Amino acid sequence: MIPVFTPHSLSDLWAALAQAPGAMVYAGGTDLLVKRRAGLLAPPALIHLERIDELRGVEERGEWLRLGAACTHTELLAEALVQTQVPVLVAALRVLGSPLVRNMGTLGGNLCTASPAGDTLPPLYALNAEVELLTPAESHRMPLRQFITGPGQAALPPGAILGSVWVPKPSGWTVQHFEKVGLRNALACSVVSLAALLQVNGSGVTERAALAWGSVGPTVMVCPEAERCLIGRHLSLPLLREAAAKAQQAVSPIVDGRADAEYRRTVAGNLLLRLSELV
Amino acid sequence: MRLKLTVNGETRELEVAPDRRALDLLREDLGLTGVKEGCGAGECGACTILVDGATRLSCLLLAAQLAGREVTTIEGLAPAGQLHPVQQAFIDCGAVQCGFCSPGMILAAVELLRRDPAPSRALIREGLSGNLCRCTGYHMIIDAVEAAARVLRAGAPS
Repeated sequence: MIPVFTPHSLSDLWAALAQAPGAMVYAGGTDLLVKRRAGLLAPPALIHLERIDELRGVEERGEWLRLGAACTHTELLAEALVQTQVPVLVAALRVLGSPLVRNMGTLGGNLCTASPAGDTLPPLYALNAEVELLTPAESHRMPLRQFITGPGQAALPPGAILGSVWVPKPSGWTVQHFEKVGLRNALACSVVSLAALLQVNGSGVTERAALAWGSVGPTVMVCPEAERCLIGRHLSLPLLREAAAKAQQAVSPIVDGRADAEYRRTVAGNLLLRLSELV
Repeated sequence: MRLKLTVNGETRELEVAPDRRALDLLREDLGLTGVKEGCGAGECGACTILVDGATRLSCLLLAAQLAGREVTTIEGLAPAGQLHPVQQAFIDCGAVQCGFCSPGMILAAVELLRRDPAPSRALIREGLSGNLCRCTGYHMIIDAVEAAARVLRAGAPS
């Protein structure tokens, strides 16, 4: 038996962390409690974050959206600001886990777990999101792309927590797209996923592009060569094939129980071709 | 820890290890064996309960998280001796085979119908996509949720 703390505020949380150094924090528990039961983690104490109001909620702050790290995926899906501003994130949340997992799992948990297959990561990479880390002394923001340092690894110093995710309010994107290929439709880790933002003008020419792939490398993969290949040119299937070839060179997929590397490489490129149907 | 919560409408107070799984607390300490353990990892939905009216996986909840909450298991879905319209529809439509997934399926369906009183078959599939039926009787389960939705819309007590 280990102690479990239930802080109701950040100050309660800091007190709990001071009282139980080495305690692990969790919000939804959909990842940490599974690992603990499997014997992969043996924390001396647990602290759950679900009752800390400061870590919840969605709001507009100037040119940014602030998403509380302890928001569940279901809560985010219900937020009008999320629905209207970041449909690419909505598309990813809708296929994350199952309704039961989405009722428990949180945005912050998905990011701190730092799986290359985490469904919220590719949209937030493409959107250039930042994370806000909190300690008793300060808050500190950094790009999500720097926060995630490897498979299952995030730059979260001991004693700090992920408090919020900050997303620059998207403007000008004409396409916000997410697609995931898994072994089945629900409750499936992604085998390959793609988040794509495009700004295509009235003449069909791509002016901006942001692309991010999940599950094809140690972290979410971006491919500036593929983005550059699209910019200033008429968005068409042959052009997307050209960009897909660049993406296939850039990704570094692994072989695991879900798929082999060559399949992932092929699908990573092919997912781009879908964009021809969306403009 | 001393844990105070409401279970199926009754206030309960018990001494429990704070890191005990809600699943074990409900099944073993309170004898509510309608809560099933399938995978123990959040992938099958057999352990679904309602916490403050929303579905939760009781295998991934610790006792401490239930403090002050209102828990409903399949045993408490309808008053003693009565069936909830979703339970009745599962019987009428032959949606129960071995029955192991039924408590979780029914509670997930209850939450789905509270959110959306008239879901399409596709939305019912999506709403129940976290609950696995190893007998694979999904068609009848979806028939039952559709039937229950009609009954509930017609004003039967829920």
